[in-house]
Amino acid sequence: MKTISNSFLSSAALLLLAGCAQAQSSTVLTVQDPAKLVVKRGENPSFTLRASIRAGYHANSNTPSEEYLIPMKLTWDAAGPLRAQDVDYPKPKKEKFPFAEAPLSVFDGDFEIVTRFQRAANPQLGPGFVTGKLRYQACNDKMCLPPKTVDIRLPVLMQ
Amino acid sequence: MLLPSPRAAAAAAVLMLSLAGCAPKSASTASAQESESQANVKETGKRNPAPPFELKDASGKLVRLEDYKGKVVLLNFWATWCGPCKIEIPWFVDFQKTYKDRGFTVIGVALDDEGWEVVRPYIEGRQVNYPIVVGSEEVDQKYGGIEALPTSFILDREGRIATTHVGLVSKQQYEDDIKQLLE
Repeated sequence: MKTISNSFLSSAALLLLAGCAQAQSSTVLTVQDPAKLVVKRGENPSFTLRASIRAGYHANSNTPSEEYLIPMKLTWDAAGPLRAQDVDYPKPKKEKFPFAEAPLSVFDGDFEIVTRFQRAANPQLGPGFVTGKLRYQACNDKMCLPPKTVDIRLPVLMQ
Repeated sequence: MLLPSPRAAAAAAVLMLSLAGCAPKSASTASAQESESQANVKETGKRNPAPPFELKDASGKLVRLEDYKGKVVLLNFWATWCGPCKIEIPWFVDFQKTYKDRGFTVIGVALDDEGWEVVRPYIEGRQVNYPIVVGSEEVDQKYGGIEALPTSFILDREGRIATTHVGLVSKQQYEDDIKQLLE
């Protein structure tokens, strides 16, 4: 009797798993590619991050109603020509789900997060980038997906 | 005749689990998948062996899945940040009380990145009466790369996967599966 190769099946399984995992969770929240932010001399600019959550899913807001829930959080690297001063999240929705007794504070659909930046002292002029991370944790009404972090790369032109 | 070796059979099981686990892209597809999993437990000949693992419990004691052969096992992947998982834990505590003496156990596999730092206080507050271990990347992958929580596998007394539930299902559904496998 011949035996089907273990390594063949294992490899096929892992390849499918990798593709499957990516397809399942990486697209629940999508972030629109940021347009270049032109920063005039002496200006402290704002930037609006536009994101969208797949229909049927929600992500915990930045101020979740329960302690055990993972909040959405946008953070920016301190290095670079701009320093984040404030991050303003949209007003969360209060929504009731079958798995929670009280309504939860969530974001769903399309939403925007506004960051107010301060120009760094003596920044390098010309094109550059400000990088950040958006961390979130999404669920639907029956299941939750592991927390994810989306890398944000904001192109800037410092004048 | 072309037959899989036991290890290849486990890999094939993982392959099938992964395909099943691909589905939950929206609440509606999740429901469809759940409906599928609400069917009766698989026929004996169609069950695949559950991938073995060894993980530590809160006291550092090694929990080996192999040691539970002869019992019906509800293997529950969960996390402290998962709302639907929170609902199920009291059900599992009840099942453990009711069916333990008939050869049943729940094993909880927590998939929190922070490990025992967050899992220990969580389970202490809930008087969990069944083994809880903290999962590893390796075990996660062996079981198809668990992407949605809760995910539960119910194993028969021979350590084979009799049914899988991805997402929250009813307490009654779990209980029906357990009873059927204990018969």
